[in-house]
Amino acid sequence: MIRVQREDFDIGAEIEALSGGNNEVGAVASFVGITRADAGEGAPITAMTLEHYPAMTEKQLAAIEAEACERWNLTASLIVHRHGRLEPGDRIVLVVTAASHRRAALDACAFLIDWLKTKAPFWKREETAEGPRWVAARAADDQAAERWRDAS
Amino acid sequence: MTLLYFAWVREQIGCDAEEIALPSDVRTVAALLDWLRSRGGGYASALKDLSVIRVAVNQEFAAPDHAVGDGDEIALFPPVTGGAPS
Repeated sequence: MIRVQREDFDIGAEIEALSGGNNEVGAVASFVGITRADAGEGAPITAMTLEHYPAMTEKQLAAIEAEACERWNLTASLIVHRHGRLEPGDRIVLVVTAASHRRAALDACAFLIDWLKTKAPFWKREETAEGPRWVAARAADDQAAERWRDAS
Repeated sequence: MTLLYFAWVREQIGCDAEEIALPSDVRTVAALLDWLRSRGGGYASALKDLSVIRVAVNQEFAAPDHAVGDGDEIALFPPVTGGAPS
């Protein structure tokens, strides 16, 4: 399941809704991304705004999630990505994967967050004391996503 | 054709969306970028370094040789920076 929303999310409630009452689930892995004050180079950020391309976000996230579900035979998965203005300490993204065994849940969760960073059409604009700046993409993120291409 | 612009590409071009009639000799993503750049102003400055421009045709990432046509939705934007901080 994919949700892109402005509002915050409740991690416990999301995990419970995804896996509660399903006796096939033996492992749940989660990843929570949080806004950091030192997210960029230079002046510390006071806030940031996440812009996205809604139609493409939906299409890309659904494709990435379907791939993970098939590859790791997940029982269930959830991606919640926020957009709009966020301050340091605010949650940005939640990825939850549920499977019979821990390895599938953990690997699928790592795969999803790596691909989110390189394929989901989101852009971060940071606000700092020195003025606003757009965050540049990092080659390290591309490499993190690439490592899943050949890994089984 | 609908053109959509995001992030600093949007800021430099000065609008977030526009409808254009495509010249008949513009048939690929690369040709579209060249043609847009030739309009000068914000287009020329936003598109001066194509290594930091990504293109989606109908919500899918597209390479420079990807075909473009009149009914398409084409989005131009910088490399994506979503997800969590690294």
